[in-house]
Amino acid sequence: MSIIDCKNLSVSYEGKTIVSDVSFSINAGDYLCILGENGSGKTTLMKTLLGLKKPDKGQVLFGDGCSVGKSADASCKRVHKIGYLPQQTNFQKDFPATVMEIVLSGTLNGKAFKPFYTKEDKKKALSAMESLGISDLKKASYMELSGGQQQRVLLARALCSTQDILFLDEPVAGLDPKVTLDMYEIIRTLNEIGITIVMISHDIEAALEYSNHVLHLNKDMDFFGTTEEYRHTELCEHYLCHIPGHLHHDDNCEICNEQEHLLGHTHAHMHDHDCEICEEEAHEAEVMAAGQEENHV
Amino acid sequence: MFRVIAEIFFYPFMVRAIVCGILISLCAAVMGVSLVLKRYSMIGDGLSHVGFGALAVATAFNWAPMAVSIPVVIIAAFFLLRLNENTRIKGDAAIALISTGALAIGILVVSLTTGVNIDIYNYMFGSILAIDKENLWLSVILCVVVIVLFVLFYNRIFAVTFDENFAKATQMRSGIYNMLIALLTAVTIVLGMRLMGALLISALIIFPALSSMRVFKNYKKVTICAAILAVVCFVIGIFLSYIIATPVGATVVVINIIAFIIFYIVGKLKK
Repeated sequence: MSIIDCKNLSVSYEGKTIVSDVSFSINAGDYLCILGENGSGKTTLMKTLLGLKKPDKGQVLFGDGCSVGKSADASCKRVHKIGYLPQQTNFQKDFPATVMEIVLSGTLNGKAFKPFYTKEDKKKALSAMESLGISDLKKASYMELSGGQQQRVLLARALCSTQDILFLDEPVAGLDPKVTLDMYEIIRTLNEIGITIVMISHDIEAALEYSNHVLHLNKDMDFFGTTEEYRHTELCEHYLCHIPGHLHHDDNCEICNEQEHLLGHTHAHMHDHDCEICEEEAHEAEVMAAGQEENHV
Repeated sequence: MFRVIAEIFFYPFMVRAIVCGILISLCAAVMGVSLVLKRYSMIGDGLSHVGFGALAVATAFNWAPMAVSIPVVIIAAFFLLRLNENTRIKGDAAIALISTGALAIGILVVSLTTGVNIDIYNYMFGSILAIDKENLWLSVILCVVVIVLFVLFYNRIFAVTFDENFAKATQMRSGIYNMLIALLTAVTIVLGMRLMGALLISALIIFPALSSMRVFKNYKKVTICAAILAVVCFVIGIFLSYIIATPVGATVVVINIIAFIIFYIVGKLKK
């Protein structure tokens, strides 16, 4: 059964269309990766799904009949609770708060008004921190943590607010390779215990490895389907060839060739006398060297 | 020393000013932590100018000053928040627009009617005599309401301050809590303005929060420290202003500056 149904969604920002005519559905237990280049509307789409932006056209239906439509009705009690890992804003990085304070704030999701946290809330926060291996940081200050630890804290907060569906906006942005791998493994584990994952990513290799559905966005929807299907599309091959060292290099692909050409410039031995750009560069270097000599004289 | 203190408590107006000032400092400090972290520090300044405009107009037409300025400043606070959400006019520009606009209108009305008299001067720089008997109760009740609401909504105010998008996405009505923050700030400013002065009241919001953030890295501790610091600075300031006969608002702000420098050094040493 689908828990999110997105129909003909179009979103604009200050009159410019960012996302147009996107339709897809997410089933419980899915691991959906939203791929696309910078400015292709990935974050905007996610914000619309979350009800942070209003769509111009189309609608987002949640499995329980609530919609994020023209009027985001908070009165509709959602069965499926949402957890969200946003891209970090700059000011959060020096926000004076402890890990516990931040993780606890996730438990406020959809709760009837109670002024203070209950014992259960605290238990929930502690177990979320434990599952992400950060319980020893409980009293640490958020601003003094490393990037990877901060991401884990925000993920623990998201876990406190849901056991149903997690929206992750570039969860590995700015993390080093090892921490990135750890993060992906954590997300995989969460998916395995039944949490639906919707993740924005630049990292197509990780998407192919971990996700089971892919949405490729380029303002309008270029592809939606299972990861297996996506693997065989031209879109995917094309995208993959841009990763240096990848085997999928295609001589007929314009962008691939261009990239190879650019790579050539970084290595002196690959200099090509028939290539205009190479020659021009060499000439410029000569002129500069001559200029410097003149200065010395 | 003790004789001077005993002497101060002998004057009912001083007692009123001290009671009111302590409560207002508390309100301003706790709201200040959230405002500074939300990058809304200048809202306090903008609202106090609006408050001045409203007070000036009320004085000119012989209306009850508090009854006019409280609703006007609350409306201005909501309006500022709305403008802040609007991407076409940026938040800081919006505040500058509203605060200078209100100040200009206030001064214009005053000069056309009564002229700049001692009342207007007191609104700008504050007066220790500002709190009369009827104002005292209004101020005390409103301050207590602000503090109670802040404590009740503390966790939610934290959530909205730290990450508004997350709060919104997880079905918290962040708009309402933003309004609450604006409302509580507006009330605090109007109450504090007459004692501290329209031009100085925003210092009471910003300084304690900034000072305690130099030393503490924990939201609750920052809030509690800001509250205590604000009260201590106010008490020292008002006593000092009595002893050396200076305006209370400016004295309290100077004490806050000294506290900020001390906290800054302590924060550096802690590292």
